[in-house]
Amino acid sequence: MSLTESPLPSEGVRPRVRLTDRAPDTAVVERREPVTREVVFHARGVSVHYGAKLALDEVSLDIYRNYATAFIGPSGCGKSTFLRCLNRMNDSIAGFKLGGDLQYYGHDLYDARVNRVEVRRRIGMVFQKPNPFPKSIYENIAWAARNLGMRDNLDERVERALRDAALWDEVKDRLKSSALGLSGGQQQRLCIARAIAIEPDVVLLDEPASALDPIATASIEDLIHELKARYTIVIVTHNMQQAARVADKTAFFSLDQARVGTLIEYDDTPKLFSSPTDRRTRDYITGQFG
Amino acid sequence: MSAIPDPEHALTASGNLRRRLLVSRVFEGATVLAAALAVAVLLILVYYVVKHGVGVISLSFFTSDLPPYTGVGGGIGPALVGTIEMALIATIIALPTGVLTALYLSYFAGPRGDRIVRVVLDLMAGLPTIIIGVFVAGLITNHVGPSGLAGGLALSIVEVPLIARASLEAISRVPQILVEASDALGMARWRGIVGVVLPTASNGIVTATILAVARASGETAPLLFTSELYGQSFSVDPRHSLASVPLEIFQLLESGYSASVSKAWGAAFTLMVVILAANIGARVWLRRSERKRGL
Amino acid sequence: MPLVTQPAMNSAAAARARRARLNRLDRRANRALKWLAWIGGVLVFIAMLLIAYQVIDGATAAFDKFGFGFLVHRTWIPVENKFGALTYIYGTLVTSVFAVILATILGVSIGLFLALMAPRRVAVIIGPMVEMLAAIPSVVLGLIGIYLICPFIAADVEPPLHSVLGFLPFFGAPQPIGNSLFAASLVLTIMVVPIIAALTRDLFLTVPLELRDGAEALGSTRFEMIRGVVLPVTSSGVIAACVLGFGRAIGEAIAVSQVIGDQPLDHLNLFLGGNSAASVIALQYTEGVSPLQTPSLFYLATILLAFSLIVNFGARQLGRRSLLAR
Repeated sequence: MSLTESPLPSEGVRPRVRLTDRAPDTAVVERREPVTREVVFHARGVSVHYGAKLALDEVSLDIYRNYATAFIGPSGCGKSTFLRCLNRMNDSIAGFKLGGDLQYYGHDLYDARVNRVEVRRRIGMVFQKPNPFPKSIYENIAWAARNLGMRDNLDERVERALRDAALWDEVKDRLKSSALGLSGGQQQRLCIARAIAIEPDVVLLDEPASALDPIATASIEDLIHELKARYTIVIVTHNMQQAARVADKTAFFSLDQARVGTLIEYDDTPKLFSSPTDRRTRDYITGQFG
Repeated sequence: MSAIPDPEHALTASGNLRRRLLVSRVFEGATVLAAALAVAVLLILVYYVVKHGVGVISLSFFTSDLPPYTGVGGGIGPALVGTIEMALIATIIALPTGVLTALYLSYFAGPRGDRIVRVVLDLMAGLPTIIIGVFVAGLITNHVGPSGLAGGLALSIVEVPLIARASLEAISRVPQILVEASDALGMARWRGIVGVVLPTASNGIVTATILAVARASGETAPLLFTSELYGQSFSVDPRHSLASVPLEIFQLLESGYSASVSKAWGAAFTLMVVILAANIGARVWLRRSERKRGL
Repeated sequence: MPLVTQPAMNSAAAARARRARLNRLDRRANRALKWLAWIGGVLVFIAMLLIAYQVIDGATAAFDKFGFGFLVHRTWIPVENKFGALTYIYGTLVTSVFAVILATILGVSIGLFLALMAPRRVAVIIGPMVEMLAAIPSVVLGLIGIYLICPFIAADVEPPLHSVLGFLPFFGAPQPIGNSLFAASLVLTIMVVPIIAALTRDLFLTVPLELRDGAEALGSTRFEMIRGVVLPVTSSGVIAACVLGFGRAIGEAIAVSQVIGDQPLDHLNLFLGGNSAASVIALQYTEGVSPLQTPSLFYLATILLAFSLIVNFGARQLGRRSLLAR
């Protein structure tokens, strides 16, 4: 945890870092202290219904700014569902209904006046399977930026996004070629570049490396370390080692007695993995390692 | 440079979003309008046909001879008989041809044969029906005069591509597992096709045939030159000219007498009821039978 | 008892004999089925050739007399045995192009609505209703055309259009009777819209959800997603659908013949009457005023057939390219 990983804005394009009233100069040094860190997402008793079926229940946690937060747990226990609640991507699923309280910087995410498009502009998402558009590499990144009115210095914006996604060197000579010609790992990094090109506040990653080989996976993980500095990262992963490597805090989801997904335990990553409080967490972790 | 959103800002539209949302909403509204327009046109058309035609319908309308040139009196009896008979002839020709062609493409065709026949089916499906009429006229009626057989042949050309393509789709939707299982059981090819594939595909084939017959029954242009112009009386002999309902409507319109026109509405009403009923019925039946089979 | 006591050797041999017998029957039946299937394919192929041959053959007399000049001459006077197809080709093209442009705008909008915007419950009702428009027989559309569409546009559509767009020669002074190229174009639009709507709806439904999700997750509006992702991905299929619609429009004879006015066509005014190739064949075939009339109509049919084959083949190629891209 060196000081070089300070959450200071880069190139003046990030919104200012908010320091709390209590300890203004501890923000940089005591980075790990949650007490001085801003809460991005605040969930209280969140539940998800698809029609009559209860898919997720009683999820309460706070996600902190400039942290990487991982959601781990077995399949089908609601990690991705909850992730998709954070940027309202579940809205298009028939019968979706969210219960409880889910706030973004204190604003109710599911208030009637909230605009979905605005939500997604600030809270971006990278999907499990790389989904580049059938356009050129340049166009993949420029398209959304152009929609948002970021027409000035578009070339620089594209280059910066590709550099931040560690893809620039590999594609700088073929920006106009089709994105579909890239390898899986490259496509996924392109999707990450695409997401950060429009300068969101949060980046959600839904199992971003599960469709990739180990080398590509490693490059994605390195990326997340760097992206933490500027964005708030939430990542769903099946791979516990990945969570251990990448995340500051980890949330363990599983099925409760009623076979409904729920949050079992949420803590700093080292503590969750070395001395989990809940028996189910311990069983899952040792089961995976054992 | 657009405004990078301030996370503290409420989650309402920021920057240029308000304008973009307006554009999007206008666009969505336009598409709804287009759909509404199509539905409105359909309803208006149906309404007018019902309004002008329903009063003309009666049992005598269905059983009387065709009206004379002046349009006074008469009904569409011979036309109904002729339509049914020619549709029957057409289907007798088109159903086996279409299904066999589908079997050819599914199981027996080499790469070149496959491409040629598929192209031909596409071309035949898009063939202007007036060309079919001209073809049958040149082939048959110019030499031996009009006949119901010629009319049936003309209609079969309309039906074949419809039945062939739909059968092709129905056959391709038969789960591969069924075909492989029958192969694994050592069943002969023909048994597998006739005993397993065709019955499974039968729902789709039957639906397609009903729709094809409905479509053929409403066609005028293929029959334009296969039937005598006027003076058609009741006849079931396909070797002579047979009347048909759409052709009768066409001739009533051409004559222009108001009495003819009112009968044209009645005939149009009959035709619409039958065709729409066949369309709706076939779809509903197909959906229900597919659900039962779990396909 | 006897079944149990049969030695194993015997039953194996008996089974083999049974299988051999079946094999002969099966082999014959297999061959018969194969032959029947081949007959189906061959029949279809031969039918198409026969159609083309018959139509071209009927035109020989006219082709001998007029040659390719037939395509560029405007006079069509049966009593003088003078025939030139230009005005009818023009009539066909102008009504069909007008109809396809209008039908594309409406049809693609409806396709987008049904595939991407309408809730399921609405789409399952509206979709079949739009398809039902295609099921209306052309003669019934002709009937409605004469007694509903033509009066309506003569009274309420053509005058306002003329006052606004009258500076263009296409929108000149309307007639009191609405039978015109414009009326024919509208009738053709009604026929082509359901084709384009149904085809494009199926096309838009095949756009992978992950692409649409990806676009939405980047903060784009629905319009931007459609314009930036859905339409580019399906573009060649959409064009193929329009080309197919165009093919339908040029071939329509019956409905068009009732509303197009059946007048000689030597003007640009859409509000006046005219004729199209298909409709003139339908209306004049039985006339036989002069010896070259029927062959000339066959010649027109040949031109129409050539158009139709090119258009349908082209649509096919376009459609296959978009499928391959997937």
